[in-house]
Amino acid sequence: MKQSNILRIGCGAGFSGDRIEPAVVLLEKANLDYLVLECLAERTIALAQKRKVQDASRGYDPLLEKRMRLYLPLLKKNDTKLITNMGAANPIAAADKVIEIASELGIKIKVAAVTGDDVFDKINKEAIALETDEPLYKSGELISANAYLGADALLPALQSGADIIITGRVADPSLFVAPMVHQFGWDLNDYNLIGQATVIGHLMECAGQVTGGYFADPVKKQVQGMAQLGHPFVDIQANGDAMISKVEETGGVINLATAKEQLLYEVTNPYEYFTPDVIADFTKVQLQEIAKNCVLAKGGTGKTKPATLKVSVGYKAGFIGEGEISYAGANAFARAQLAGEILYERLHDDFPEMRIDYVGFNAIHRTTFGNVAAPYEVRLRVAAKASDAATAVRIGEEVEALYTNGPAGGGGARKYVNEVIGIVSVLIDRNSIQSSVTIHKS
Amino acid sequence: MKVKLYNIAHSRAGDKGNTSTLSLIPYNEKDYEWLCSIVTAERVKVHLKDIVEGQVTRYELPNIASLLFVCKLALLTGVTTSLASDTHGKALSYALLEMEIEDF
Repeated sequence: MKQSNILRIGCGAGFSGDRIEPAVVLLEKANLDYLVLECLAERTIALAQKRKVQDASRGYDPLLEKRMRLYLPLLKKNDTKLITNMGAANPIAAADKVIEIASELGIKIKVAAVTGDDVFDKINKEAIALETDEPLYKSGELISANAYLGADALLPALQSGADIIITGRVADPSLFVAPMVHQFGWDLNDYNLIGQATVIGHLMECAGQVTGGYFADPVKKQVQGMAQLGHPFVDIQANGDAMISKVEETGGVINLATAKEQLLYEVTNPYEYFTPDVIADFTKVQLQEIAKNCVLAKGGTGKTKPATLKVSVGYKAGFIGEGEISYAGANAFARAQLAGEILYERLHDDFPEMRIDYVGFNAIHRTTFGNVAAPYEVRLRVAAKASDAATAVRIGEEVEALYTNGPAGGGGARKYVNEVIGIVSVLIDRNSIQSSVTIHKS
Repeated sequence: MKVKLYNIAHSRAGDKGNTSTLSLIPYNEKDYEWLCSIVTAERVKVHLKDIVEGQVTRYELPNIASLLFVCKLALLTGVTTSLASDTHGKALSYALLEMEIEDF
Protein backbone atom coordinates (compact mmCIF):
# COMPACT_ATOMS: atom_id res chain seq x y z
CA MET A 1 0.00 0.00 0.00
CA LYS A 2 1.49 3.32 -1.02
CA GLN A 3 1.33 6.11 1.53
CA SER A 4 -0.65 9.15 0.47
CA ASN A 5 1.39 11.69 2.44
CA ILE A 6 4.79 10.45 1.29
CA LEU A 7 6.08 10.34 -2.27
CA ARG A 8 8.52 7.57 -3.12
CA ILE A 9 10.77 7.95 -6.16
CA GLY A 10 13.43 5.48 -7.21
CA CYS A 11 16.31 6.09 -9.60
CA GLY A 12 17.17 3.02 -11.64
CA ALA A 13 19.74 4.43 -14.05
CA GLY A 14 22.24 7.27 -13.77
CA PHE A 15 23.52 7.16 -17.33
CA SER A 16 22.64 5.55 -20.64
CA GLY A 17 24.91 2.55 -20.19
CA ASP A 18 23.94 1.90 -16.57
CA ARG A 19 23.14 -1.59 -15.26
CA ILE A 20 19.73 -2.93 -16.26
CA GLU A 21 18.68 -4.95 -13.23
CA PRO A 22 18.86 -2.48 -10.31
CA ALA A 23 15.66 -0.91 -11.64
CA VAL A 24 14.05 -4.36 -11.68
CA VAL A 25 14.92 -4.76 -8.00
CA LEU A 26 13.47 -1.31 -7.24
CA LEU A 27 10.28 -2.11 -9.14
CA GLU A 28 9.84 -5.50 -7.47
CA LYS A 29 10.75 -4.58 -3.92
CA ALA A 30 10.50 -0.84 -3.26
CA ASN A 31 6.79 -0.11 -3.90
CA LEU A 32 7.66 3.04 -5.85
CA ASP A 33 5.30 5.80 -6.89
CA TYR A 34 7.76 6.82 -9.62
CA LEU A 35 10.80 5.31 -11.24
CA VAL A 36 13.22 7.75 -12.87
CA LEU A 37 15.80 6.65 -15.44
CA GLU A 38 18.36 9.37 -16.22
CA CYS A 39 20.08 8.30 -19.42
CA LEU A 40 21.17 11.43 -21.26
CA ALA A 41 24.65 12.90 -20.96
CA GLU A 42 25.59 16.16 -22.63
CA ARG A 43 26.99 14.58 -25.78
CA THR A 44 24.55 11.65 -25.95
CA ILE A 45 21.82 13.74 -27.51
CA ALA A 46 24.09 14.98 -30.31
CA LEU A 47 24.99 11.37 -31.14
CA ALA A 48 21.29 10.47 -31.05
CA GLN A 49 20.56 13.37 -33.39
CA LYS A 50 23.01 11.84 -35.86
CA ARG A 51 21.12 8.52 -35.72
CA LYS A 52 17.83 10.35 -36.22
CA VAL A 53 19.17 12.07 -39.35
CA GLN A 54 20.06 8.64 -40.76
CA ASP A 55 16.67 7.12 -39.78
CA ALA A 56 13.73 9.27 -38.68
CA SER A 57 12.32 6.43 -36.54
CA ARG A 58 15.51 6.32 -34.41
CA GLY A 59 17.34 8.84 -32.28
CA TYR A 60 16.18 7.58 -28.88
CA ASP A 61 18.26 5.74 -26.29
CA PRO A 62 19.75 2.52 -27.72
CA LEU A 63 18.81 0.54 -24.59
CA LEU A 64 15.16 1.68 -24.58
CA GLU A 65 13.74 -1.57 -25.96
CA LYS A 66 15.80 -3.80 -23.71
CA ARG A 67 14.86 -1.84 -20.60
CA MET A 68 11.17 -1.51 -21.48
CA ARG A 69 10.62 -5.20 -22.17
CA LEU A 70 11.84 -5.91 -18.64
CA TYR A 71 10.32 -2.95 -16.82
CA LEU A 72 6.88 -2.54 -18.44
CA PRO A 73 5.19 -5.57 -16.80
CA LEU A 74 6.56 -4.55 -13.39
CA LEU A 75 5.58 -0.91 -13.79
CA LYS A 76 2.04 -2.00 -14.62
CA LYS A 77 1.82 -4.63 -11.88
CA ASN A 78 2.94 -2.27 -9.13
CA ASP A 79 1.20 0.84 -10.41
CA THR A 80 4.50 2.71 -10.71
CA LYS A 81 4.92 5.57 -13.15
CA LEU A 82 8.07 5.99 -15.19
CA ILE A 83 9.82 9.26 -15.99
CA THR A 84 12.82 9.08 -18.32
CA ASN A 85 14.84 11.19 -20.73
CA MET A 86 15.47 8.15 -22.92
CA GLY A 87 13.62 9.96 -25.71
CA ALA A 88 16.96 11.67 -26.41
CA ALA A 89 16.70 13.27 -29.86
CA ASN A 90 13.32 11.68 -30.64
CA PRO A 91 10.86 11.36 -27.71
CA ILE A 92 7.90 10.75 -30.05
CA ALA A 93 9.57 7.79 -31.79
CA ALA A 94 10.53 6.50 -28.34
CA ALA A 95 6.91 6.73 -27.17
CA ASP A 96 5.77 4.87 -30.28
CA LYS A 97 8.35 2.18 -29.60
CA VAL A 98 7.16 1.81 -26.00
CA ILE A 99 3.56 1.49 -27.21
CA GLU A 100 4.67 -1.14 -29.72
CA ILE A 101 6.38 -3.17 -26.98
CA ALA A 102 3.42 -2.76 -24.60
CA SER A 103 1.04 -3.99 -27.31
CA GLU A 104 3.23 -7.01 -27.92
CA LEU A 105 3.21 -7.76 -24.20
CA GLY A 106 -0.55 -7.19 -23.99
CA ILE A 107 -0.14 -4.27 -21.59
CA LYS A 108 -2.47 -1.29 -21.74
CA ILE A 109 -0.62 1.96 -21.07
CA LYS A 110 -0.61 5.65 -21.79
CA VAL A 111 2.67 7.29 -22.76
CA ALA A 112 3.32 11.03 -22.84
CA ALA A 113 6.16 12.37 -24.96
CA VAL A 114 7.53 15.78 -23.99
CA THR A 115 9.05 17.78 -26.83
CA GLY A 116 10.26 21.32 -27.36
CA ASP A 117 13.86 20.96 -26.26
CA ASP A 118 15.06 20.71 -29.86
CA VAL A 119 15.79 24.34 -30.76
CA PHE A 120 18.11 23.76 -33.69
CA ASP A 121 15.92 25.93 -35.93
CA LYS A 122 15.68 28.68 -33.34
CA ILE A 123 19.25 29.30 -32.33
CA ASN A 124 21.25 32.11 -33.77
CA LYS A 125 24.39 30.66 -35.35
CA GLU A 126 26.11 33.99 -34.65
CA ALA A 127 25.43 33.75 -30.91
CA ILE A 128 28.56 33.71 -28.77
CA ALA A 129 29.33 30.31 -27.25
CA LEU A 130 29.95 30.41 -23.51
CA GLU A 131 33.02 28.16 -23.74
CA THR A 132 34.82 29.74 -26.69
CA ASP A 133 33.74 33.41 -26.61
CA GLU A 134 33.28 33.07 -30.36
CA PRO A 135 30.22 32.75 -32.63
CA LEU A 136 28.71 29.25 -32.64
CA TYR A 137 29.32 28.61 -36.33
CA LYS A 138 33.08 28.99 -35.82
CA SER A 139 33.19 25.81 -33.71
CA GLY A 140 32.39 23.65 -36.74
CA GLU A 141 29.38 22.24 -38.58
CA LEU A 142 26.49 22.39 -36.09
CA ILE A 143 24.41 19.22 -35.80
CA SER A 144 22.11 19.66 -32.80
CA ALA A 145 20.84 22.21 -30.32
CA ASN A 146 18.82 21.18 -27.28
CA ALA A 147 17.57 23.43 -24.52
CA TYR A 148 17.43 22.13 -20.98
CA LEU A 149 13.73 22.02 -20.14
CA GLY A 150 12.55 22.19 -16.52
CA ALA A 151 9.87 20.63 -14.34
CA ASP A 152 7.22 22.93 -15.83
CA ALA A 153 7.55 21.09 -19.16
CA LEU A 154 6.74 17.77 -17.48
CA LEU A 155 3.72 18.92 -15.46
CA PRO A 156 1.15 18.71 -18.30
CA ALA A 157 2.35 15.16 -18.97
CA LEU A 158 1.89 14.26 -15.31
CA GLN A 159 -1.54 15.91 -15.26
CA SER A 160 -2.56 13.84 -18.30
CA GLY A 161 -2.39 10.75 -16.10
CA ALA A 162 0.21 9.11 -18.35
CA ASP A 163 1.87 5.96 -17.02
CA ILE A 164 5.13 6.74 -18.77
CA ILE A 165 6.68 10.11 -19.50
CA ILE A 166 9.44 10.24 -22.08
CA THR A 167 11.47 13.38 -22.63
CA GLY A 168 14.46 14.59 -24.54
CA ARG A 169 16.78 17.09 -22.91
CA VAL A 170 15.51 17.99 -19.43
CA ALA A 171 17.73 19.14 -16.58
CA ASP A 172 18.47 15.98 -14.60
CA PRO A 173 17.09 17.18 -11.23
CA SER A 174 13.90 18.39 -12.94
CA LEU A 175 13.00 14.74 -13.71
CA PHE A 176 12.56 14.43 -9.92
CA VAL A 177 11.27 17.93 -9.15
CA ALA A 178 8.29 17.49 -11.50
CA PRO A 179 6.63 14.54 -9.71
CA MET A 180 7.14 16.27 -6.34
CA VAL A 181 5.47 19.45 -7.57
CA HIS A 182 2.68 17.39 -9.11
CA GLN A 183 2.10 15.26 -6.01
CA PHE A 184 2.21 17.98 -3.38
CA GLY A 185 0.85 20.86 -5.44
CA TRP A 186 3.92 22.95 -4.73
CA ASP A 187 4.16 26.41 -6.22
CA LEU A 188 6.94 26.53 -8.85
CA ASN A 189 7.70 30.02 -7.52
CA ASP A 190 8.29 28.78 -3.98
CA TYR A 191 12.01 28.84 -4.57
CA ASN A 192 13.05 27.41 -1.23
CA LEU A 193 10.89 24.33 -1.75
CA ILE A 194 11.99 23.97 -5.35
CA GLY A 195 15.60 24.43 -4.19
CA GLN A 196 15.17 21.54 -1.74
CA ALA A 197 13.47 19.46 -4.45
CA THR A 198 16.47 20.16 -6.68
CA VAL A 199 18.85 19.00 -3.94
CA ILE A 200 16.89 15.74 -3.76
CA GLY A 201 17.01 15.35 -7.54
CA HIS A 202 20.72 16.08 -7.59
CA LEU A 203 21.42 13.47 -4.89
CA MET A 204 19.38 10.86 -6.78
CA GLU A 205 20.13 11.52 -10.45
CA CYS A 206 23.30 9.41 -10.67
CA ALA A 207 21.57 6.37 -9.17
CA GLY A 208 24.33 4.11 -7.78
CA GLN A 209 26.63 7.05 -7.10
CA VAL A 210 24.76 7.71 -3.84
CA THR A 211 24.57 4.05 -2.81
CA GLY A 212 28.28 3.28 -2.78
CA GLY A 213 28.93 3.11 -6.50
CA TYR A 214 31.90 5.16 -7.68
CA PHE A 215 32.84 5.43 -3.99
CA ALA A 216 34.53 2.24 -2.88
CA ASP A 217 38.20 2.07 -1.94
CA PRO A 218 39.30 -1.25 -0.47
CA VAL A 219 41.51 0.47 2.13
CA LYS A 220 39.59 3.57 3.19
CA LYS A 221 36.00 3.15 2.00
CA GLN A 222 34.92 -0.47 1.97
CA VAL A 223 31.61 -1.24 0.30
CA GLN A 224 29.98 -4.67 0.41
CA GLY A 225 28.13 -6.41 -2.38
CA MET A 226 29.01 -4.13 -5.28
CA ALA A 227 28.26 -6.85 -7.82
CA GLN A 228 24.61 -6.46 -6.74
CA LEU A 229 24.67 -2.73 -6.00
CA GLY A 230 21.24 -1.45 -4.98
CA HIS A 231 20.06 1.79 -6.59
CA PRO A 232 18.40 4.44 -4.40
CA PHE A 233 14.85 5.40 -3.60
CA VAL A 234 13.78 8.49 -1.71
CA ASP A 235 10.78 9.16 0.51
CA ILE A 236 9.72 12.78 0.29
CA GLN A 237 7.40 14.55 2.71
CA ALA A 238 5.13 17.45 1.84
CA ASN A 239 7.57 19.86 3.54
CA GLY A 240 10.40 18.64 1.29
CA ASP A 241 12.32 16.61 3.85
CA ALA A 242 13.71 13.54 2.14
CA MET A 243 14.96 10.16 3.28
CA ILE A 244 17.29 8.39 0.85
CA SER A 245 17.53 4.64 1.15
CA LYS A 246 17.83 1.40 -0.82
CA VAL A 247 16.22 -2.01 -0.92
CA GLU A 248 17.33 -4.25 1.97
CA GLU A 249 19.75 -7.02 1.07
CA THR A 250 21.03 -5.22 -2.01
CA GLY A 251 24.73 -4.37 -2.08
CA GLY A 252 26.23 -0.96 -1.51
CA VAL A 253 25.96 1.60 1.24
CA ILE A 254 24.23 4.90 1.87
CA ASN A 255 25.84 7.02 4.55
CA LEU A 256 26.99 10.58 5.18
CA ALA A 257 30.13 10.03 3.13
CA THR A 258 28.31 8.78 0.01
CA ALA A 259 25.70 11.54 0.30
CA LYS A 260 28.33 14.29 0.70
CA GLU A 261 30.30 13.07 -2.32
CA GLN A 262 27.18 13.07 -4.44
CA LEU A 263 25.87 16.42 -3.16
CA LEU A 264 29.04 18.15 -4.36
CA TYR A 265 29.37 16.12 -7.59
CA GLU A 266 29.68 18.37 -10.67
CA VAL A 267 28.78 21.47 -8.63
CA THR A 268 30.65 24.56 -9.83
CA ASN A 269 29.14 26.93 -7.26
CA PRO A 270 27.29 25.51 -4.25
CA TYR A 271 25.66 28.89 -3.56
CA GLU A 272 24.16 29.02 -7.03
CA TYR A 273 23.31 25.69 -8.65
CA PHE A 274 21.51 26.64 -11.85
CA THR A 275 18.65 24.58 -13.25
CA PRO A 276 15.69 25.73 -15.35
CA ASP A 277 13.55 25.53 -12.17
CA VAL A 278 15.60 27.49 -9.67
CA ILE A 279 18.99 28.81 -8.66
CA ALA A 280 19.46 26.41 -5.76
CA ASP A 281 21.67 26.92 -2.71
CA PHE A 282 23.41 23.80 -1.35
CA THR A 283 25.23 25.58 1.46
CA LYS A 284 22.49 25.11 4.06
CA VAL A 285 21.71 21.50 3.22
CA GLN A 286 21.77 19.21 6.24
CA LEU A 287 22.51 15.52 5.90
CA GLN A 288 21.86 13.14 8.74
CA GLU A 289 22.33 9.40 9.04
CA ILE A 290 19.02 8.27 10.50
CA ALA A 291 19.55 4.53 10.35
CA LYS A 292 21.69 2.03 8.52
CA ASN A 293 21.63 2.88 4.80
CA CYS A 294 19.24 5.76 5.40
CA VAL A 295 20.19 9.44 5.08
CA LEU A 296 17.91 12.41 5.72
CA ALA A 297 18.44 15.41 3.41
CA LYS A 298 16.83 18.75 4.18
CA GLY A 299 17.51 22.46 4.19
CA GLY A 300 18.06 23.03 0.47
CA THR A 301 17.00 26.54 -0.52
CA GLY A 302 16.81 28.65 -3.62
CA LYS A 303 16.31 32.08 -5.08
CA THR A 304 14.40 32.87 -8.24
CA LYS A 305 14.59 30.98 -11.54
CA PRO A 306 16.99 31.88 -14.35
CA ALA A 307 15.58 34.08 -17.12
CA THR A 308 17.48 32.03 -19.66
CA LEU A 309 17.79 28.34 -20.42
CA LYS A 310 21.03 26.63 -21.34
CA VAL A 311 21.24 25.15 -24.82
CA SER A 312 23.77 22.42 -25.61
CA VAL A 313 24.93 22.73 -29.20
CA GLY A 314 26.61 19.76 -30.85
CA TYR A 315 29.12 20.26 -33.66
CA LYS A 316 31.38 18.12 -35.76
CA ALA A 317 34.85 18.36 -34.25
CA GLY A 318 36.79 16.08 -36.59
CA PHE A 319 38.29 12.73 -35.69
CA ILE A 320 40.62 11.28 -33.07
CA GLY A 321 43.02 8.53 -34.04
CA GLU A 322 44.54 6.43 -31.27
CA GLY A 323 47.06 3.66 -30.98
CA GLU A 324 48.36 1.65 -28.02
CA ILE A 325 51.17 -0.86 -27.51
CA SER A 326 52.61 -2.41 -24.34
CA TYR A 327 56.07 -3.15 -22.98
CA ALA A 328 56.90 -5.26 -19.92
CA GLY A 329 59.92 -6.45 -17.96
CA ALA A 330 63.45 -5.02 -17.87
CA ASN A 331 63.62 -1.43 -19.08
CA ALA A 332 59.94 -1.50 -20.07
CA PHE A 333 59.55 2.23 -19.50
CA ALA A 334 62.70 3.09 -21.47
CA ARG A 335 61.54 0.97 -24.39
CA ALA A 336 58.09 2.58 -24.28
CA GLN A 337 59.73 6.02 -24.25
CA LEU A 338 61.87 5.08 -27.25
CA ALA A 339 58.68 4.03 -29.05
CA GLY A 340 57.13 7.38 -28.12
CA GLU A 341 60.14 9.28 -29.49
CA ILE A 342 60.01 7.35 -32.77
CA LEU A 343 56.30 8.10 -33.21
CA TYR A 344 56.75 11.75 -32.32
CA GLU A 345 59.43 12.11 -34.99
CA ARG A 346 57.28 10.43 -37.62
CA LEU A 347 53.97 12.14 -36.80
CA HIS A 348 54.37 15.55 -35.22
CA ASP A 349 54.67 17.53 -38.46
CA ASP A 350 51.34 16.20 -39.71
CA PHE A 351 49.51 16.12 -36.36
CA PRO A 352 50.07 19.32 -34.38
CA GLU A 353 47.50 18.22 -31.78
CA MET A 354 48.99 15.00 -30.46
CA ARG A 355 49.40 13.38 -27.03
CA ILE A 356 51.84 10.67 -26.01
CA ASP A 357 51.02 9.02 -22.69
CA TYR A 358 52.56 6.15 -20.74
CA VAL A 359 49.75 4.13 -19.19
CA GLY A 360 50.96 2.80 -15.86
CA PHE A 361 53.09 5.89 -15.33
CA ASN A 362 51.47 9.26 -16.18
CA ALA A 363 48.59 8.75 -18.61
CA ILE A 364 45.69 9.30 -16.26
CA HIS A 365 46.74 12.21 -14.05
CA ARG A 366 48.86 13.63 -16.90
CA THR A 367 51.64 14.01 -14.33
CA THR A 368 53.11 12.19 -11.33
CA PHE A 369 53.40 13.21 -7.69
CA GLY A 370 56.50 12.52 -5.61
CA ASN A 371 59.02 9.80 -6.49
CA VAL A 372 57.50 7.14 -8.70
CA ALA A 373 59.35 3.87 -9.26
CA ALA A 374 59.71 2.69 -12.87
CA PRO A 375 56.70 0.47 -13.60
CA TYR A 376 57.10 -3.24 -14.47
CA GLU A 377 54.85 -2.83 -17.48
CA VAL A 378 53.89 0.24 -19.48
CA ARG A 379 51.38 0.83 -22.24
CA LEU A 380 52.21 3.54 -24.72
CA ARG A 381 49.19 5.51 -25.89
CA VAL A 382 49.23 7.98 -28.75
CA ALA A 383 46.22 10.11 -29.64
CA ALA A 384 45.90 12.87 -32.22
CA LYS A 385 43.24 14.95 -33.89
CA ALA A 386 42.61 14.96 -37.62
CA SER A 387 40.04 16.63 -39.82
CA ASP A 388 39.02 13.38 -41.52
CA ALA A 389 38.90 9.68 -40.68
CA ALA A 390 41.37 8.68 -43.39
CA THR A 391 44.04 10.88 -41.82
CA ALA A 392 43.21 9.81 -38.25
CA VAL A 393 43.74 6.15 -39.17
CA ARG A 394 47.45 6.80 -39.57
CA ILE A 395 47.99 7.14 -35.79
CA GLY A 396 46.96 3.56 -35.09
CA GLU A 397 48.77 2.29 -38.17
CA GLU A 398 52.04 3.89 -37.07
CA VAL A 399 51.70 2.40 -33.58
CA GLU A 400 50.98 -1.03 -35.03
CA ALA A 401 54.01 -0.76 -37.33
CA LEU A 402 56.20 -0.61 -34.22
CA TYR A 403 55.81 -4.40 -34.14
CA THR A 404 58.50 -4.80 -36.79
CA ASN A 405 60.09 -1.34 -36.78
CA GLY A 406 60.14 -0.33 -33.10
CA PRO A 407 61.75 -1.32 -29.79
CA ALA A 408 62.00 -4.92 -28.62
CA GLY A 409 59.16 -6.75 -26.97
CA GLY A 410 56.20 -4.54 -27.92
CA GLY A 411 52.88 -6.38 -27.67
CA GLY A 412 49.13 -5.95 -27.64
CA ALA A 413 48.89 -3.18 -30.24
CA ARG A 414 45.38 -1.75 -30.74
CA LYS A 415 44.12 1.05 -32.97
CA TYR A 416 41.00 3.19 -32.92
CA VAL A 417 39.39 5.97 -34.91
CA ASN A 418 36.42 7.89 -33.51
CA GLU A 419 34.45 10.81 -34.81
CA VAL A 420 34.38 13.66 -32.31
CA ILE A 421 31.18 15.52 -31.52
CA GLY A 422 31.98 18.66 -29.58
CA ILE A 423 29.55 20.51 -27.34
CA VAL A 424 29.33 24.23 -26.74
CA SER A 425 26.55 26.15 -24.99
CA VAL A 426 24.52 29.28 -25.45
CA LEU A 427 21.77 30.81 -23.34
CA ILE A 428 18.31 31.34 -24.78
CA ASP A 429 15.38 33.39 -23.48
CA ARG A 430 13.13 30.91 -21.65
CA ASN A 431 10.04 32.55 -23.09
CA SER A 432 11.14 31.60 -26.61
CA ILE A 433 10.81 27.90 -25.74
CA GLN A 434 7.42 26.24 -26.06
CA SER A 435 7.32 22.66 -24.82
CA SER A 436 4.47 20.34 -25.68
CA VAL A 437 3.10 16.94 -24.77
CA THR A 438 1.74 14.26 -27.09
CA ILE A 439 -0.20 11.27 -25.79
CA HIS A 440 0.27 7.77 -27.15
CA LYS A 441 -1.88 4.79 -26.10
CA SER A 442 -1.64 1.03 -26.50
CA MET B 1 55.71 14.29 9.83
CA LYS B 2 53.90 14.54 6.50
CA VAL B 3 50.73 12.74 5.59
CA LYS B 4 48.81 12.39 2.34
CA LEU B 5 45.31 13.89 2.13
CA TYR B 6 44.25 10.37 1.11
CA ASN B 7 44.64 9.30 4.74
CA ILE B 8 42.41 12.07 6.09
CA ALA B 9 39.79 12.78 3.47
CA HIS B 10 37.99 11.44 0.42
CA SER B 11 37.10 13.12 -2.84
CA ARG B 12 34.95 12.79 -5.96
CA ALA B 13 35.73 14.57 -9.22
CA GLY B 14 33.08 16.01 -11.50
CA ASP B 15 33.29 17.80 -14.84
CA LYS B 16 31.47 20.70 -16.46
CA GLY B 17 32.99 21.67 -19.78
CA ASN B 18 36.66 22.41 -19.19
CA THR B 19 36.16 22.78 -15.42
CA SER B 20 36.94 20.06 -12.91
CA THR B 21 35.20 20.01 -9.53
CA LEU B 22 36.99 18.24 -6.70
CA SER B 23 35.37 17.72 -3.33
CA LEU B 24 37.46 17.19 -0.21
CA ILE B 25 35.58 15.49 2.60
CA PRO B 26 37.35 14.60 5.86
CA TYR B 27 36.50 11.16 7.26
CA ASN B 28 36.29 12.79 10.67
CA GLU B 29 34.22 15.99 10.70
CA LYS B 30 36.48 17.32 13.48
CA ASP B 31 39.28 17.61 10.90
CA TYR B 32 37.28 20.10 8.80
CA GLU B 33 38.60 23.31 10.43
CA TRP B 34 42.17 22.02 10.28
CA LEU B 35 41.82 21.14 6.57
CA CYS B 36 40.32 24.61 5.93
CA SER B 37 43.42 26.21 7.43
CA ILE B 38 45.86 24.06 5.49
CA VAL B 39 44.37 23.15 2.11
CA THR B 40 43.99 26.58 0.55
CA ALA B 41 43.04 27.28 -3.07
CA GLU B 42 46.59 28.54 -3.68
CA ARG B 43 48.07 25.33 -2.37
CA VAL B 44 45.79 23.18 -4.54
CA LYS B 45 46.70 25.29 -7.55
CA VAL B 46 50.41 24.66 -6.89
CA HIS B 47 49.83 20.94 -6.26
CA LEU B 48 47.87 20.54 -9.52
CA LYS B 49 50.14 22.86 -11.55
CA ASP B 50 50.67 20.26 -14.30
CA ILE B 51 46.92 19.63 -14.60
CA VAL B 52 45.00 22.84 -13.90
CA GLU B 53 45.84 25.81 -16.14
CA GLY B 54 43.15 28.14 -14.82
CA GLN B 55 41.94 29.53 -11.54
CA VAL B 56 41.18 27.37 -8.50
CA THR B 57 38.28 28.55 -6.34
CA ARG B 58 37.62 27.02 -2.93
CA TYR B 59 34.13 26.81 -1.44
CA GLU B 60 33.70 26.05 2.24
CA LEU B 61 30.66 24.02 3.26
CA PRO B 62 30.60 23.87 7.06
CA ASN B 63 27.06 22.47 6.82
CA ILE B 64 28.50 19.18 5.59
CA ALA B 65 32.08 19.70 6.85
CA SER B 66 33.43 19.59 3.33
CA LEU B 67 35.45 21.67 0.89
CA LEU B 68 34.94 22.02 -2.85
CA PHE B 69 37.66 23.06 -5.30
CA VAL B 70 36.48 24.33 -8.66
CA CYS B 71 39.37 24.18 -11.13
CA LYS B 72 39.10 26.02 -14.46
CA LEU B 73 40.95 25.02 -17.66
CA ALA B 74 41.62 21.59 -16.18
CA LEU B 75 40.38 19.11 -18.77
CA LEU B 76 42.29 19.78 -22.00
CA THR B 77 39.16 21.49 -23.47
CA GLY B 78 36.67 19.09 -21.89
CA VAL B 79 35.13 15.67 -22.18
CA THR B 80 33.96 15.84 -25.77
CA THR B 81 37.14 16.99 -27.48
CA SER B 82 40.00 16.16 -25.09
CA LEU B 83 42.83 13.94 -26.30
CA ALA B 84 43.43 12.67 -22.76
CA SER B 85 42.78 9.08 -21.82
CA ASP B 86 40.47 10.15 -18.96
CA THR B 87 38.50 12.77 -20.84
CA HIS B 88 36.21 13.55 -17.86
CA GLY B 89 39.11 13.89 -15.46
CA LYS B 90 37.26 11.43 -13.25
CA ALA B 91 40.51 10.15 -11.76
CA LEU B 92 41.65 13.64 -10.69
CA SER B 93 40.04 13.18 -7.26
CA TYR B 94 42.95 10.91 -6.44
CA ALA B 95 45.42 13.50 -7.78
CA LEU B 96 44.15 15.93 -5.14
CA LEU B 97 44.44 13.23 -2.46
CA GLU B 98 48.15 12.81 -3.34
CA MET B 99 48.85 16.19 -1.71
CA GLU B 100 51.09 15.91 1.33
CA ILE B 101 50.34 18.07 4.36
CA GLU B 102 51.87 18.47 7.79
CA ASP B 103 50.23 16.15 10.29
CA PHE B 104 49.32 17.68 13.62
